[in-house]
Amino acid sequence: MRLKPNDVSGMNYNILIVDDSKLARMVVTSALRRLRPDWTVTEATSGDEALAAVKNGGIQIALIDFNMPGMDGLALVAKLRQTDKAMPIAVVSANLQDEIIARARELNAAFVGKPLTDEALGAFLTGATLRLRNANHDN
Amino acid sequence: MTIESADGLTEVEEDALAEIANLGVSRAANSLRQMLGEQVFLAVPKVQIVDRQTASALVGRGSHSSKLVAVQQSFDGPFAGKALLIFPEAQSLELVRTIVGEQHSLEDVIDLEQEALAETGNIILNACLATIANLLRRPMHMSLPAVIRGSGETLFGGPGAKDNLVLFLYIDFRTKARDIQGFIALLMDLPSITALKTIVTDYIRNVELGTDQAAR
Repeated sequence: MRLKPNDVSGMNYNILIVDDSKLARMVVTSALRRLRPDWTVTEATSGDEALAAVKNGGIQIALIDFNMPGMDGLALVAKLRQTDKAMPIAVVSANLQDEIIARARELNAAFVGKPLTDEALGAFLTGATLRLRNANHDN
Repeated sequence: MTIESADGLTEVEEDALAEIANLGVSRAANSLRQMLGEQVFLAVPKVQIVDRQTASALVGRGSHSSKLVAVQQSFDGPFAGKALLIFPEAQSLELVRTIVGEQHSLEDVIDLEQEALAETGNIILNACLATIANLLRRPMHMSLPAVIRGSGETLFGGPGAKDNLVLFLYIDFRTKARDIQGFIALLMDLPSITALKTIVTDYIRNVELGTDQAAR
């Protein structure tokens, strides 16, 4: 496998995008094509779909919308954390209220603002790859 | 996001409008949170093309009483319409008192009510509309805020306006501690819907091509 210079880990990951809006998923997918073209993208349109996708295995990173019908993004992160304490997760939302950001932190998740920028997403992805690489070294 | 009977919009357009409205209102909720000092809970946005009477009924349905107070701002640009921040009238004084501070007497609050409502609406609606304008990269002119009191029909027009179809985007919000509830609504008429469809289609195409970021 050839390594991309901007891929700090040298690994290709499978990243899960959870958003009820197709447009929002397109925005994230489009940014990922620019930032991490070799990664695999899995999409889920609800918390339940996301839980099923993670249960199936192979997901290393998740980007989760906050305001969704049914289970909201933070409730989804809380459920994911019951089985996986370490997976790099970002809550993605235009809802910048202190309580939302604080709850994301409590759940060991990053917060990335919408409208999404390449800079903000790139910073999260760099941090996520470093954490995954360190976790692999520890094992 | 819930979409009901929005004839004239494709599924992708409906989805995009709901998401764009969601971004605008989420930013506005943050401004409201700062003013109220407690978390504001948002429902998922709804997008519908309805006649004005139906829009009035939708507004009346969610509230405890039919008497409403709204701060309205018109916006104008490639598409035009009205943005409204709406509360049950019974909550208006409580809301203003929360925002100006509990140390003020009821008399002071009554004196301040109109001005405080207009200013609150101005901040929240501007947060919402500016986010949408920036996202679509179309500058919008916004009028000064006006405070309106009355029923849903006063706000959106009654039976006489039945055939007058509008694009109606709205999101309910509430706070827990003070139990304040209300919603933010955007209303656009048919010529604006056509213009907005073109702009949203451009926006979606740019997202697909990945050129959205390049120009930022």
